[in-house]
Amino acid sequence: MSAGLMIYNVLCLAVPFSVALLLAALGENFNQRAGVFNLGCDGIMCMGAFLGFMVPFSLKATPWAAYGNLLGIGAALAVGAAMGVVFALVTVTFRASQGIAGIGLQMLGWGLAGTLFRHFVGGVTGVEGMAAIAIPGLSKVPFLGGVLFNHNALTYTALLLVPACWFLLYKTPWGLKVRAVGTHPRAADTMGIHVDLIRYQALMLGGAMAGLAGAYLSLCQAKMFSDDLVAGRGFIAVALVYFGRWSPLGILGGALLFSIAQSFQLSMQVWGIKFPYEFAVMLPYVLVIVVLALARKARQLGPTDLGKPYNREMRF
Amino acid sequence: MTALEPISELKLEGITKRFPGVLACDGISLQVRRGEVLALVGENGAGKTTLMNIIMGLYRPDSGTIHVNGEEVHFHSPGDAYARGIGMVHQHFMLVPNMTVAENLALGLKELHHFMNLDIKGAAKRIREVSERYELPVNPDAYIWQLSVGEQQRVELVKTLCLGARLLILDEPTSALTPQETDDLIVRLQRMASELAIIFISHKLNEVKALSDRVSILRHGAVVFNGQTANHEPSELAALMTGHDVVLPRNEGSSIQGEPLLSVQNLCVRGDRGNLVLDGLSLELRAGEVLGMAGVSGNGQREFADALAGLRPVESGQILFGGKDLANRTPREIIHAGMGYVPEDRQTEGIVPSFSVKDNLILKDFAEPRFSKMAFLRKKEIDSNAEALKERFDIRCPSTSTATGSLSGGNIQKVILAREISRGPKALVAVYPTRGIDMGAQEFIHEQLLARRREGIGILLISEELEEVMNLSDRIAVIYKGKILKVLPAVEATRERLGILMAGLADPDTPGDAQAEVPAGVAHE
Repeated sequence: MSAGLMIYNVLCLAVPFSVALLLAALGENFNQRAGVFNLGCDGIMCMGAFLGFMVPFSLKATPWAAYGNLLGIGAALAVGAAMGVVFALVTVTFRASQGIAGIGLQMLGWGLAGTLFRHFVGGVTGVEGMAAIAIPGLSKVPFLGGVLFNHNALTYTALLLVPACWFLLYKTPWGLKVRAVGTHPRAADTMGIHVDLIRYQALMLGGAMAGLAGAYLSLCQAKMFSDDLVAGRGFIAVALVYFGRWSPLGILGGALLFSIAQSFQLSMQVWGIKFPYEFAVMLPYVLVIVVLALARKARQLGPTDLGKPYNREMRF
Repeated sequence: MTALEPISELKLEGITKRFPGVLACDGISLQVRRGEVLALVGENGAGKTTLMNIIMGLYRPDSGTIHVNGEEVHFHSPGDAYARGIGMVHQHFMLVPNMTVAENLALGLKELHHFMNLDIKGAAKRIREVSERYELPVNPDAYIWQLSVGEQQRVELVKTLCLGARLLILDEPTSALTPQETDDLIVRLQRMASELAIIFISHKLNEVKALSDRVSILRHGAVVFNGQTANHEPSELAALMTGHDVVLPRNEGSSIQGEPLLSVQNLCVRGDRGNLVLDGLSLELRAGEVLGMAGVSGNGQREFADALAGLRPVESGQILFGGKDLANRTPREIIHAGMGYVPEDRQTEGIVPSFSVKDNLILKDFAEPRFSKMAFLRKKEIDSNAEALKERFDIRCPSTSTATGSLSGGNIQKVILAREISRGPKALVAVYPTRGIDMGAQEFIHEQLLARRREGIGILLISEELEEVMNLSDRIAVIYKGKILKVLPAVEATRERLGILMAGLADPDTPGDAQAEVPAGVAHE
């Protein structure tokens, strides 16, 4: 096999791998920009994956079957947003510690998805899932066509969301408020901005995107559901936000870097080269630590009030 | 923003606000009209800031009413206050550091918020208009973190005016400014006063004198005095503020000059950006003297104090203290050598804000046998130590179990001073010990420092307030660009002479001749 073909194979696999991470991390970025880190991202992804699978699965033999995938995605978005609101209620309104609340949400989502799955479905069952749509013309371009333009609709959506999130964050009034609320909530408050409301909105959006990321895993990647489908990707997504220094483009870079490492590791197994899987899993965390250790100057760019509940009448 | 008539009068009646354990405002009534500057003075913790936060809708009053142009209003957020033309510049700037000046303004200008589109150019245009009109130069595209404190202050003023405020509340606007920046601000405010109403909060009475038409004095949450500024002397206001006559103590200069205690030789230290901030600084401190270090801040004072406390590496040079070189030793070794330290930033370096007063009082000695036994803290000892120091240093706190960070600046400083002095140090380094502190606490701290001097402790007083340095010191060293420019006996020091030295100019032999050359803003605070 030529080196060019090897790179092509690795990249073709890496792009779909990156989608779930990208969607979840772009969503988590809104949470963190607003000053709340949601470790429950992983649990939301579990619930998103479950509903993304469950809805088309139960609509299989009904007249609604044609809309199964779409309704599944809708349900995943809705459950994600709802879990985001629950998390906001706990951390913003009741000012609970975000770390502990996040771990709780992760366990809730993971456990609930598994339990519901066993109750309603049981054994291993697949769904048809979403098919790839080759973009006419572009998919025929040598090399890039296969890498970028022969995927399902959610993959294109995720890639388009990168500039969309950037625009939302830096060019719209809402993005401005989100950034202010996560960096200096008291300043935002004195400018007449409802800090808690913005945090609720950001957590809702972030949750919906995590739900979508879960649906991608069950509908597009695995075309089935199991307890360990998400496999800690939610936590990797949280790490990618730090890695990407809270910028959508940086997050895309991180998601691709990690996915390339993962697909490289898989390809090596196909090629018969032994490579420890655990190493690839470890990689994003190592990268995050390296980036955080080296990038001290960039501190000014991040949400400096990350993790702190805001209390207007607090005196210090 | 609603098109209401511009604010011409604000009236408060019977405003009361309680915090747990504190009556912050006790039936306060005030009035201010357009074209008028009302100074609101009072000691730390007198309730000034709380009152202003009530006007801005950040806190809800427990009782009392607010009237704008004779109409009763209820503000639920600062947005409501701005809608009626009331804006506030907070003591701690309300600017998001990782956003530009224009973005900071756009946050509050709802008419620039369109669907999926933020009119940032419109914000920049507004800033340029206002900054030209009021002569407050500001670059709308600069990031806040790139600006100096003085520039940020200007941004705050421009921002508040852009938001449509015609009644400005300025909460201790000069507390973080250098003397030059302060002069500059006072001049600008004087110019702006004719078109606006201004409430000016301060406890620097010379500024109150220079700027305000009327003055109201708050004490323990209540108004104790209203009057025309012109009819009252600063000393009279100080007495009303503290409840007794304030005469800041002076060094009478009669003690024996002891032996050299601390000898700094050719000290070189790097700053945060890696440049050499102290460049061969040499200095000697004797037992039983107060050595004042005067200088415009940013000339190496912070780095010098850090190096003395062991908080910053020394590049080269020696810090000889009791026959030992303390350069590059750990803070613990330096503490045990008998060095006391009152840091510049009392909130973050001087105390642990969330710790109780009694715990902060033993931060340096918790491992001593007096306070711990077999790895357990001796609670009774710690309690009685705290009660004794609370009494002796007049620390005003609900109890010694209160979180130290919730106390006023003056009381936090007393906690720090109590801890440092009660340890019986040989030398004490005090950095800006009275910055942002009211007259009463200032008087107390000065008395304490002079009393330690009489006991034979050598005190290095680093300060920007010339008044303070001249009142307390035996000798005054002027620091400029990381070197000691000159050390002179306090009796020979005049404001003019120090001002010229602080500006880095050659020392004139006769202060009288030099007066003409004094650069604006340097000779006086």
